Parts: sequence; structure tokens; C-alpha cells
Amino acid sequence: MSHFTLSAVNFSWLPILPLGAIALGAMAIMLIGPGVDDEDSAGLGVIALITLLVAFVFALFTLGENTLAFGGSLVTDDYAGFFEIVIVIAAALTVAMSLDYVADEGMAGAEYYSLILFAAFGMMLMAAAGDLIIIFIGLETMSLAVYALAGFMRRDPRSNEAALKYFVLGAFSTGFLLYGIALVYGATGTISLAAIRAALSARMAANPLLLLGLGMMLIGFGFKVAAVPFHMWTPDAYEGAPTPVTAFMAVGVKLAAFAGFMRVFMVNLGPVSAQWTMVLWVVAALSMTVGNLAALVQQSLKRMLAYSAIAHAGYLLLGMAASPQPLAGGAMLYYLIGYSFTNLGAFAVVIAVERKGSGGANLRDFQGLARARPGLAVAMALFMLSLMGVPPLAGFVGKFYLFSAALSAGLVWLVIIAALNSAISVYYYARVIVAMYAQEESAAPARIVARPGLILSVIAGVAGTILVGLYPQPWIGAASSAYASALGRPNAKVAANYR
Amino acid sequence: MPQPLFAFLAALAIIAAFGTILQRNLIHCVLGFALVLIDLGVLYMGLGAVTVGFLQIIVYVGAIMVLFLFVIWLLNVQADAGVRGGGLGLKLLGAIGAAALAAELFTIFFNAPKLREVRTIAPDFGSVATLARVLFSQYLVAFETTSLLLLAAIVGAIALARRLVGQTARIAPPAPRSAAAETPPRREVA
Repeated sequence: MSHFTLSAVNFSWLPILPLGAIALGAMAIMLIGPGVDDEDSAGLGVIALITLLVAFVFALFTLGENTLAFGGSLVTDDYAGFFEIVIVIAAALTVAMSLDYVADEGMAGAEYYSLILFAAFGMMLMAAAGDLIIIFIGLETMSLAVYALAGFMRRDPRSNEAALKYFVLGAFSTGFLLYGIALVYGATGTISLAAIRAALSARMAANPLLLLGLGMMLIGFGFKVAAVPFHMWTPDAYEGAPTPVTAFMAVGVKLAAFAGFMRVFMVNLGPVSAQWTMVLWVVAALSMTVGNLAALVQQSLKRMLAYSAIAHAGYLLLGMAASPQPLAGGAMLYYLIGYSFTNLGAFAVVIAVERKGSGGANLRDFQGLARARPGLAVAMALFMLSLMGVPPLAGFVGKFYLFSAALSAGLVWLVIIAALNSAISVYYYARVIVAMYAQEESAAPARIVARPGLILSVIAGVAGTILVGLYPQPWIGAASSAYASALGRPNAKVAANYR
Repeated sequence: MPQPLFAFLAALAIIAAFGTILQRNLIHCVLGFALVLIDLGVLYMGLGAVTVGFLQIIVYVGAIMVLFLFVIWLLNVQADAGVRGGGLGLKLLGAIGAAALAAELFTIFFNAPKLREVRTIAPDFGSVATLARVLFSQYLVAFETTSLLLLAAIVGAIALARRLVGQTARIAPPAPRSAAAETPPRREVA
């Protein structure tokens, strides 16, 4: 055991500024919270928004840096910066669409907003993690906060069920991840991601200990990204959770889980990619197929979007299965931007249409929406078209990049499965459009009140969906260079630090 | 560590372990188990691993054993009830598991000469000071973020457990007071 001195640790503040801002904001809201009634909690939401804005600015400053901080625990590269920025935007839109919802439904505002920030903190920690312990702590911080958020509608039994199911299965899957981390540590002798990569490039055959560890970590991450066969919790948790929390689960949790998943597997376990890409091939094919087929028969919009989220996790895993191909990582990051804006927008529309206390909107609630609220209907139609993959929207361009990366990696059959699945998905996304435009208004029209926060989220979703799709060049450029910065990190220095 | 002391502690650990599995009363089983864990902690300290010894006692006896007692108390398990269950299949499975563990331990013990080598280690190895130095340098971020993790967990737990204000909950209607006062409601284990 080498002797550590404090001077060996690099106390650079820049990498922890975005994280620190979020943590301080969360604690400030907790401290102010007791003096604020739950009906007036929107003010706390505004504090959360300001916090996220500050974190956003700090995250912008970290771009272009390529350093390791705190003995390699935290990585500051464009990959981390990219995910931090997208996660902050996702959290901000979630807060914006919660402002009135939380007050209307009588949820505990102070705890709600501070937990959203704590979850965002965990997500950003996962994106910036330089070793497996930080990945684990980030994942747990995010998960614990989201478990609680899922159960925030305490008078609704479905919300309680969602929280309990998510918690029990989530804790189980975290056990797998932790066991996998321990085994990988046993096989390589280090928890530093860069040192693991260096060790694997130097000498690695099919070490059974390593393979077992990889398999267990794959299960842990597969659960968080909601991939089949680890998806059982998804529909119930998504349906029972308060709708803004569902949006946060579908976007924020997925972003962070993929940030960790990609950083661990594609970047740092790249040298042994032959050992895990075949497994991901199967998981990707299953996720796409099961997600899309199950979505066909859903009446509840939240359940439908839950299965759609499973299917989209399948498309993203297609990119991971194509891992040796360097284009795949950039394509996945680009896909995630489009996916985030589209889904956040779609959930904002669901909140607008949803009846108070109903816990979610059904397909029937969307009937005749085109006449009652043409603006919302156009926005929702746009989101559905983007999720289908219709040009020139973000969803189409994302699929285009992903599928072509997979084709150049030689995954012809998987791309055929993905294309067939996209065709299937048209049916259930189109059902929403048909309900809005071609069907008569239902007997009891839903409460649709224009709220500034909600409108802001819908507009941001529309703007993102269109801009990311119409002008893909700057976005795909940023995504590719972000992924490249994660790949091209100097390894030797960190590896030395951990010996 | 003097040889007789080691022999005494080892014997005590074995006796306490038998006590854990042979007692009728569940509370006595838990206390026996706690004795095993304390004994092991003392053994660690005798072997020079003072920090590990203290952690063993703080974590296992202080936290986990207390949780055991809470669960037994909350589930209101009667003494001498529900402990003896398990058919022949379960007993067979347990025997196989115990045999496998014993075989594994013996194999390691006789086939690993390294384990019996005497090696000198740095005098401060495993000391609190060494641990603290690593914890607050190499693993500083992990240490500090863990405190935020716990904070998030506490906030979440309070948010879910605090009393609902305003209208009463639709779920779980309050039980009739007279019945509740006499016998505490027995909770079902899912």
C-alpha cells in the first residue's frame, strides 16, 4: 500500500462547481421549505430553476477542459460536460412542468424540489465519474431520490405501488451492480476506470472473474435503462408516479444511466468489447420488440410512453452493440438529445391534458384536442412523429445516425429488426394523432389550463425536436467530439495514481 | 495476541455460534449472534486490525443486530414459534450448503501456503490514521458525496413518512381504537 499525501490530490474546483451548485441549491430549498405552504411551492420551484441555471453556466465553463480531479475520482471532459448540460436542461424542464402540478396535487413542495435537485446531482455525478465507486454513489443518489419522488402522490395507491416496486426491484438490481463492481475489482485490482482500461488493453483473456463481473454490471445498468428482460418495473412505476416525475424518469434517469453505461462499457471496457457486444445484441433486439409490441395495446398515455421508453432503450443499445465502431458513441449521444426534448415535451402535453387527481391521461382524453387546443395538438403530433422517426425531426435523424453506425459495424440483422420495430411503432404513436384530429371530443373534457411553466416546457420540447432534427450538424458535431474526448483521455497518469 | 487468549476467544465464538442456532427463543438467538460478532471484533483487534475490529462491532452489532431486534419486535414473533419450520428438503439444502462451505474453507486452509506465511507489514497498516488519510485524499469525493446520498435518502424518507395534512388518506383507514389498544396489529410479511 503506497503512502498517500494530501498534496498528491489535485484540488481543482472547476469540475465540482456544477455539482456543488446543485447540492447547495437542494439544501437551500430544504432550509427555506418549512416556511412555505405546499400551495405556494412554485416559489421553491423557481429557486430550483435558478440553481439549475447556475449549474448550467458552470457546466458550460467546464467544456474544453480535459482534466482529472481528486485523484481521478472525477473526470472533466466534454463527455461529462455534454451529459451535465443535457441533464440540467432535463431537470429544469421537469421543474418547469411541475410548478403548478405539485401545488395543485397537494404534494410536499420543499421535499419535491430538493429531491429533484438531489437526483440531478446523482445523475451528473454518474456522468463525471472517474471510478466505479463514484458511478455507484451517483447511481444510488439518483435512484433513492427518484424512488421517493415516484411515491409523492401519497393519497394515490398507484403512486405508493410505483414507489415500492421501483424501490424493491431497484435495490435488487443495485446489488447486482455492486457485486459486479467488486468482481471487476477482483479481476483487475483497481476501481479506476482508466486503470481498468489500461489493465485490459495490456493483458486480458477471458478471465471468468471479469466476465462474471461484467455480466452483473450489465444487469445493474440494464435495469436502470429499462432494457428487456430487466424492464418489469417500468410500466407500473411510470404509470403510478406523478407525471412530471415520470418525465424525469424517462429522460433524466435514462440519460444518466446511459452516461454511466457508456462510460464504463464502451469507453473503458472497450478492449474486451467482444465479450459483451453479443449479449447487448440480444438485449437490444428484445427491448425493441417487447417494448413496441406491448405499447400497441396500451390505453393510458403514460403506460404507452413507458413501453415506448423501453423500445427506445433498445434502439440505443443497438448503438452499444455496435461499440467497436467509433461512430456509434456520437450517434447515441445525438439520439439522446433528440429523445430528451421529444419525451419531455410529450409528457408536458400529457400533464396539460390530464384530469386533476386522475394520475394520468388516457387516449380518450386526447379525442378532439385539435379543436379544443390546436396548439397543444400540433405539439403532441410533432412529438409523436419524432418518436416514430419521421423526417426531418430529431427522432428520424437520430435513428438514421444510429442505424448507419450499426450497419458499418456489420449488424445487418439487428438493423433490420430495428427498422421493422420502427414500422410497428407507427401504429401506436399514430393512434394519438388520430384521436386528436379525427375523433370527436369525449363527453367530459379534461382540464386544460394554460400554465406558463407547462407552456414553456412544451415550447422547449417543440424547439428542441425541430432544431435538433433540421440542423443536425452542430449537434452531431458536439456529440461526436464529446464522445471522442471520453475515448481519448490519457490513461497512464490516472493509472499511476491508483497503484 | 497470547495463545491462551486466542484459544479462549475462539472457543467462545464457537459456543456462541452454537447458541445462535440452538436457542428456542428468537431474542436469545439474536443475542448469541451478537456475541459471535463482538467476539470476532475482539479477535480482529488482537490480530492488529483495530479499525476493522471497531467497524465490525459498530456496524454489525450496533446497526444490523439492532435492526434484527426491531424486526423481531415489529413482526411480534412469539418465542418458540415459527422457528422450527422447514421440511426435509430445506434441511437437506442447508446441509449441502454447510458441507460446501466447510469443504471450501478446508481446501483454502490446506492448499494456500501463502496464508500460513508470516509477513511483516507496516506498523500503521490498518490503523485509523492510515484509513483517514486515504479516505480524505484519494476517496474524498466518494466520502463527501456519500453524505449527500444519505441526506437525499433522509429527505425522501421523511417526505414519504410524514403525517398527511388536510384530508385523511384514502388508503389504510385507521383501525378501531379499542382493538388497537389491546393487541398491536400483527403485520403480514409479503
